[in-house]
Amino acid sequence: MKPTSPSSGSIAGIIAPRPTRRGLLVGGSALGLSGLLVACGVGGGGGKKGGGGSGSGSIRALFMQQAGYSEENIQEMTAAFMKANSGIKVTADFVSYEALHDKTVAAAPAGTYDVVLIDVIWPAEFGTKNIVADVTDRWPDDWKQQMLGGAVTTPQYDGKFYGVPWILDTKYLFYNTAQLEKAKVDAAELDTWDGVLTAARALKESGVKYPLIWSWQQAEALICDYTQLLGAFGGTFLDDAGQPAFNQGGGVAALEFMRQTIVDGLTNPASTQSLEEDVRRVFSSGQASIALNWTYMYGLANDPKESQIPGDVAVLQTPAGPVGRPGVNGSMALALTATSENQDAGWKYIEYLTSQPVQDKYALSSLPVWESSYDDPKVVETNPAVVPQAKKQLGDMILRPQVASYNAMSQVLQAEIQKALLGDKEPQQALDDAASEAAKLLES
Amino acid sequence: MRSTVREADRPWARQGAGQHEGRFALLLLLPAAVVVFGVVIWPVVRTLVVSLYDVDSAMPGSYPFVGLDNYVRVFQDDRFYTVLGHTMYFTLVSTFLELALGIAVALLLNAPLRARWLWRSIVVLPWALPTIVNGALWRWIYNGQYGALNGLLDTLGISETPTQWLGEPFLALNMVIIADVWKNTSIVVFFILAGLQTIPSDLYEAARVDGAGPWRAFWRLTIPMLAPSIAVVLILRTIEAFKVFDIIYVMTGGGPASGTQTIAFYTYLQAFSNQLFGYGAALAYLIVLAVFALAMVYLRILKQNQLAGVE
Repeated sequence: MKPTSPSSGSIAGIIAPRPTRRGLLVGGSALGLSGLLVACGVGGGGGKKGGGGSGSGSIRALFMQQAGYSEENIQEMTAAFMKANSGIKVTADFVSYEALHDKTVAAAPAGTYDVVLIDVIWPAEFGTKNIVADVTDRWPDDWKQQMLGGAVTTPQYDGKFYGVPWILDTKYLFYNTAQLEKAKVDAAELDTWDGVLTAARALKESGVKYPLIWSWQQAEALICDYTQLLGAFGGTFLDDAGQPAFNQGGGVAALEFMRQTIVDGLTNPASTQSLEEDVRRVFSSGQASIALNWTYMYGLANDPKESQIPGDVAVLQTPAGPVGRPGVNGSMALALTATSENQDAGWKYIEYLTSQPVQDKYALSSLPVWESSYDDPKVVETNPAVVPQAKKQLGDMILRPQVASYNAMSQVLQAEIQKALLGDKEPQQALDDAASEAAKLLES
Repeated sequence: MRSTVREADRPWARQGAGQHEGRFALLLLLPAAVVVFGVVIWPVVRTLVVSLYDVDSAMPGSYPFVGLDNYVRVFQDDRFYTVLGHTMYFTLVSTFLELALGIAVALLLNAPLRARWLWRSIVVLPWALPTIVNGALWRWIYNGQYGALNGLLDTLGISETPTQWLGEPFLALNMVIIADVWKNTSIVVFFILAGLQTIPSDLYEAARVDGAGPWRAFWRLTIPMLAPSIAVVLILRTIEAFKVFDIIYVMTGGGPASGTQTIAFYTYLQAFSNQLFGYGAALAYLIVLAVFALAMVYLRILKQNQLAGVE
């Protein structure tokens, strides 16, 4: 039996007929035309232009699904806003934090969203690349005095405002009171990072296999934890000349501290694959005694529906290192997209969500950006454990580098920090390699 | 008998009917042509053009023309070679395992089993799962704290110490491959099963009469007869594996220590996370070229094997 080759009458011949000169001309012209059209788009095409709009109609907003306000909170706020503004219909979409940046970028040219939630590390990138609108002219002057300092800097870059702060957050130290009691550890020990190590050793001896759990997955969450330690150990990301400096002094000491907790068997090895939600689950199941996390963990770790340790959760300011105890600025802002054609309606929605009464009402999920809220007994009552700590911590926050290439720089740093955590490189070597890569990114 | 009909004997035929038919056919093809232009030609050409510019934002605008600079940068980028290595490993190992397992399972399902329809339905289940769901499922199974795999090993008394399956770069890459193989072996099974059912049973009888045992019949008869099916499924799986993205995104996010970053994931990071669309487009074009080259190599090898096997 011999295989037959496809002839002009075979199926293959019908599917892929021999090209004719005319066909080639037509195909070539089509490709040429499409190339010309594309070149116009890249080289100077218009794209969608944003505008104020009528101040009413439909708008679409993009939020994240984890930490801060819950999806349910945001839907409630949105329903209340639409009730008060009958001419505006809002559709809210939710994605995970990890998808928020990329979805915002991908949707930007089409103007899919009018309002987007942006992280504190994105104003430089989104502002310079025209993804979000400059709202400096819309910002009332008195907001700058009425909001906390850390909040005001959140949507700022190069003297301009690219949004309004909404989720004001930093990482706090959570601990399991029952486990500390059993291990005879005084909570006052947790005031310093050295004390945390001492406490963790005692907890391990008392039977907690891995007393510490962190969000050290190769993601931005890792940089948040590292930033908090870098600040405590006296490091900086960039020097005065804007060059990487995290491979010197406190930056190295912070990573050495992190690595040592793994070597000593104090940190749960699952930390290198964990995000904040994983930390919450492990801590809430009683498998870890001490954890850094955002404000939202307090409510959920004390919720019997979500946690096996309700009532055993306490929260403290981040521990101090040799230099201080700055918390990572993990705040987020609401921004208008540059391509929104209904920016006036979007701005009304932002004004509503960031307004003091709305923020005070949902203070259990996320603390308000308004300074006077922290003296309001009703706000303190919503979260009596966290508010006093927040009042101290929110005035002392450390920013991650405000540069347009931050994401690329963060990716390099994440990978190198993980190499050190996994023991593939010494902390100094890992940070030197990261600094060398980061310097190239900052130059380009 | 062949008859000829003159034009005058066909009153229904109008002059120039062939021309009209041609136009009508073109009209019918137009929607498909528009769709192909919109979803294939346009993006392909656009990506090529973008790769020649220093496009560093998602927004349309004027960007400097840099010619082939983005391609030169790719070849000077150490991370490109690292992720290419991960991609090649993922592609070769996952495709090999899927093919080997797929043939084995297909042979079993082709045998006269009781309730064969039930087994076939079970085999198709993993393939029916969306990749994102499959990734999330395996992420839970591998979880070092409360994962089912550690639980199983503990229950069986094999290991009491929980293993961090996604905690070491090389181990994590292999664990992702297992998750991918679990899902995609199904499609290989069905391609091979379809191929098996086209082999006439009298060929096996003839082989038996000629003294060929089952092993010899498998290598000298089944495999050569399956060559076209193997070629198709191999090309499909190789291309899919080379482009792997979603399962990595869900299971590891490219970590730990970038150990599971593949070229498609790296392209995505550069284009969307870093907004380096020109560079990302150059990477994407290299993926296309690599996949095309791989497909050509496979086709050539399998055609040679087919000819050799049949003759």
